[in-house]
Amino acid sequence: MIKQKVRVKSFKINDITVTGRSDQTLLEVAKEHDIFIPTLCYLEGLSCVGSCRLCLVEVKGARELVPACTSKIKEDMEVFTTSEKIDSHRKMILSMIFSERSHTCSVCEANGDCELQDKSVELQLDHSLVPYIDSRFAIDASHKNFVHDPNRCILCSRCVRVCNEIEGANAINIGGRGINSMIIHDMDEPWIDSQSCTSCGKCVYVCPTGALYEKEITKEDVTTKREIIRNLLKNRAENE
Amino acid sequence: MITSLLELEELANCKRCDEASIVEELRVCIGSSCVSRGADEIEKNLKTAIENKGLQNRCRVKGVGCSGLCANGTLVSHYKNSTKENTLYEEIILDDVDALVASIEEQKSYSLKVCDTNQLFFTKQTKIVLENAGIIDPNDIEDYIAHGGYATLFHVLHEMMPVDVINEVKISGLRGRGGGGFPTGQKWESVYKVQSDQKYIVCNGDEGDPGAFMDRALMEADPHKVLEGMIIAGFACEATKGYIYVRAEYPIAVEKINRAIKQARKLGILGNQIAHSGFDFDIEVRLGGGAFVCGEATALIASIEGNRGNPRQKPPHLSDYGLWGEPTVLNNVETLANIPSILKNGGEWFKNIGTPTSTGTKIFALTGHIKNTGLVEVPMGITLRELIFEIGGGVSDGKALKAIQTGGPSGGCIPTQFLDLSIDYDSLKSVGTIMGSGGMIVIDESSNMVELAHFFMDFCKSASCGKCVPCRVGTTQLTLLLEKYIAKEATQANFELLKELSKVVKGTSLCGLGQTAPNPVLSTIRYFESEYLEGIKND
Amino acid sequence: MNKIRLATIWLDGCSGCHMSFLDMDERLIELAPYFDVLYSPYVDTKEFPENVDLTIVEGALSSDHDLEIIKKIRANSKLILALGDCAITGNISAMKNLYKSEAVLQRGYFELSDINKDNRYPSTVVPKLLDRVIPLHEAVKVDYFLPGCPTPADAIYEMIHALINGTIIDISKYTRFGK
Repeated sequence: MIKQKVRVKSFKINDITVTGRSDQTLLEVAKEHDIFIPTLCYLEGLSCVGSCRLCLVEVKGARELVPACTSKIKEDMEVFTTSEKIDSHRKMILSMIFSERSHTCSVCEANGDCELQDKSVELQLDHSLVPYIDSRFAIDASHKNFVHDPNRCILCSRCVRVCNEIEGANAINIGGRGINSMIIHDMDEPWIDSQSCTSCGKCVYVCPTGALYEKEITKEDVTTKREIIRNLLKNRAENE
Repeated sequence: MITSLLELEELANCKRCDEASIVEELRVCIGSSCVSRGADEIEKNLKTAIENKGLQNRCRVKGVGCSGLCANGTLVSHYKNSTKENTLYEEIILDDVDALVASIEEQKSYSLKVCDTNQLFFTKQTKIVLENAGIIDPNDIEDYIAHGGYATLFHVLHEMMPVDVINEVKISGLRGRGGGGFPTGQKWESVYKVQSDQKYIVCNGDEGDPGAFMDRALMEADPHKVLEGMIIAGFACEATKGYIYVRAEYPIAVEKINRAIKQARKLGILGNQIAHSGFDFDIEVRLGGGAFVCGEATALIASIEGNRGNPRQKPPHLSDYGLWGEPTVLNNVETLANIPSILKNGGEWFKNIGTPTSTGTKIFALTGHIKNTGLVEVPMGITLRELIFEIGGGVSDGKALKAIQTGGPSGGCIPTQFLDLSIDYDSLKSVGTIMGSGGMIVIDESSNMVELAHFFMDFCKSASCGKCVPCRVGTTQLTLLLEKYIAKEATQANFELLKELSKVVKGTSLCGLGQTAPNPVLSTIRYFESEYLEGIKND
Repeated sequence: MNKIRLATIWLDGCSGCHMSFLDMDERLIELAPYFDVLYSPYVDTKEFPENVDLTIVEGALSSDHDLEIIKKIRANSKLILALGDCAITGNISAMKNLYKSEAVLQRGYFELSDINKDNRYPSTVVPKLLDRVIPLHEAVKVDYFLPGCPTPADAIYEMIHALINGTIIDISKYTRFGK
C-alpha cells in the first residue's frame, strides 16, 4: 500500500469555491465551510461506511450520486449538495428507514432526542412515501444497565464501529442479512451473557435512535453522558 | 519439477505416447449436472463391466468435464483412437451399462442412445474456453499438458515481459466475463502500474445468478486452464499470490481446482521459481459461504479476508486498495480461462472472433423453457435467434417464445421483437439488459412477467447484505409491491411508487447488487407494461 | 365571504388531536367566522356530508368501517388534512400490526374478558378489523400532513391559518413526529 502525499485541493460546492486537504472527505470539507449535508450513519471520530445514503451529493461528471462521507475530494470537482433529484431521493431513503421497523415516537425513550426525528425535520418529510413493513423483533433487556430494542434500530452500525474502533471490545456486530439484519452481541447471545462487552455504554451514547438506551436514567444524565462520549470520539479523531 | 518448455514438451509427448496405446475410450461426463443423474455410479459400473469382459486393455473409462447438452445427460462418448471418431451417447442410465459395454465388445454402436452431433447445437458452437471440456480428464494435469496446456505459460515466462502480456490482452479486446464487461487488459495495466511489494490476483468463482453454471462447468472440466490464466495474470501484474474464491455449493469444482493446484505445485508450475524463471506465484482456494453478494468485488475481498461479506463504497478501487489493502486484480473464471488461448494465438487472432467491441466467444447457460438446456460457447455477435432456435432447439413443449432474460437478477428481459439482435455487450445494453455472466433464461408465452420480476426481486431481497438502506429496505418494499400486482390488488399510486422506488434503489444503492436489483422490474415495465396494469384493481 | 365547509373526524386514535384542536382556545374564536363545521365529534351530524371543502382526519384506518368512511370522505372533500401521527404513520394504533389483529382480539375478547358466554368475537355490530392498521395515505390521497402526538395546538392553528390565507408554511417549525 502506498501512502499518498497530502496536498491542498480547491473545488466547488454549490458554486462556492472551497479548499481542503486531499485526504479529507467531501463531508468534512463541507462541514468546515458550514455547508449542510444530512447524515445519519456518520459520526465524527468513527470510520465512514456510507450505509445510510442520506449524504448523497451530485458530483459533476459522475454517473450516479456519491456519498459525501466516503468520497475524497479532488481538484476542480464540482459538487452540488441539493437539487430536486437529491432531495426527492433523500426523502425516499428516509421514508424507507422509517418504514423498516416500528418507529412509534410517542412511546420511545428517545422521543425529542432522536436523530431520526431530526432528519424528518431537516428533510421536511411529513409522511412516509412507502408503506410500513411491520416486522417485529425481540427486545433484549437482559443487561443490567442497558436495553437493546431492535424495533427502533436503523442499522447505522455506529455501535458496531464504536465498540470495535474506540472501545476495542468488538462485542457488537451485525447478524443476519438483508432486511433481517440485527445488532448482535458476541455470537448472538443475550447482552448480559456477552463475554466481550465491557458495559462501557459507548454504543448506547452513539445510537441515533432509541434502539440502545440506558435504564433508569434522567434526561439530563443522558445528555451529559452523550457529551462525554462524543467529545472523546472527536478528540481521538483530532489527535490521530 | 518441470523447469523448461522442453521438459514440458517431453512430458506431453510421453503422455501422448501412453494415450496412443489406448484403442478406445469411454468418456463419461462427470460434471455436476450429470453427476446429479448418477454419472458417478455409471462411471464406476462401466469400469467394472469393462474389466469383467476383459476389455480394459482395449477400452479405457475416463471421467471428463461437461460437453454441454446437460438436458440429455448422462452423456457418455465413445472415442476411437484409430479413426479419431467420437460417438456421443445421451441419457445413459445404469441399466444401459451392460448393453453399452456389450456393443463395444461387439465393435458396434449402441444405436439406441446415439446423440446426433451433427445437430446445430454442436456444429454452431466455437469452442475456445471449453476446447478441452468433454475431452480431457480434469483430474489429470498430464492430460492437460498433453493437450498443449501450460506451454503458453512457459512461453510467457521465458519470452515475454509483463507489458508485452498486457499489451497482447489489450489488443485482444477481452472484456470481463463476469458481467461488467470491463476491458481486462486495462484492469491489469492499472494494477501493474501501481507500485507495491505485494499484489494479488483473485479469481471470482462465486457464480450465483439463478440459471447460470458456466464457471462451474469450466472449473469442473478444465481447472488447469483457469490456473494457467491466473498465473499469467500474476506474471503480467507482478503479483505473487492468487486466490480462487469458489462458492461452497460447488463441491465438485472445489475438488477439481484443489487437485489441480496440488498437481501444479508438484510439477513446479505453482510455487517459487516457476519454470526457473524467477517468478513466484501460488494459488489458494477460498470457499464462499453461499452469499450471493460475495460475487461483488469488494464483498468478495472482505470475505477472503475473513470478514462478513459486506461490500464497501468504491472508490478506492481494487487496483489501488484491494485484498488486505494491496493492489488486486479480480477476474472472473471465464475471463482467466480465455487468457492462455489469447497468448498462444495472439491478441489479433482473438480480436477477429466476435464483434469489434465484444471480442471472442462467450459461454451461455441456456435454461428455462428451452429444448436444449445446457452450456454453449458461441462467438460474440451471434443473434438471439440463432442461439435460441438453432443451437437451443427452440422453446420446449411447442409453445411460443415470449422473452429472454439475460444477466440474471441484475439484467433484464428481451422481448421477441429483438430476436435478431446481436449478442454483445453494447447491443444488450441498448435494449435495457446486460450481458451478465452468461445466464440465459428462455421464457415462454405461458409465463407472467410480473411474476418473473417478483422472482428476481425476491432473490435480491434475500441476497441483500443489509448494509445500505436502499438495497436492504428497497428490495423488500419492491417485493411487497410486486406481490400486490400478483394478487391483483395494486393501485395506480402503487405503479408510480414502483417506478420511483426502482429509480431510487438503482441510483442510490452502495454496491452493484442494489444498483442493478430493479433492472428486471424496469425492463419488464418497459416491454410488458400491460401485465402490470392488469394487476391494478379498479376502485 | 363563502365560509369554508369543514368536517373533522376521529378514526382510530385517542382523540388527543381533537383535544389539541380545542386547545387553540381563544384562537378558535378568531377562526370560527371562516368555517361552517358540518361534521365533527364537536357537532351532532350522523351522515358524512357532501361538498366539504376541508376534512381534518385524526386517527389511523383500522377497520372496514374506517376504510369505507375514508373513501367517502375522499369522494366528498376537496382537501384532506391528516392530523396527528396516527393518521400519518399509524402510530400507537398500528403497534398491533406487530402482533396482528387476531392476537389483539384474542387478548381483548378471551384472555381479558370477564363475560363472553358465546366465546365469540362480536361480528355484527362492531366493524371488522383490517389485517393491518394503515395510515390514511395508504388508502386515499391526502393533501396535507400535520404530524405530532398529539399535534400541538400552535401547529394546528398555523396550518389552518395558512390554509385560509392560501400561504405555505414550514410545519417542521411547529411540529414533528412524536411531538
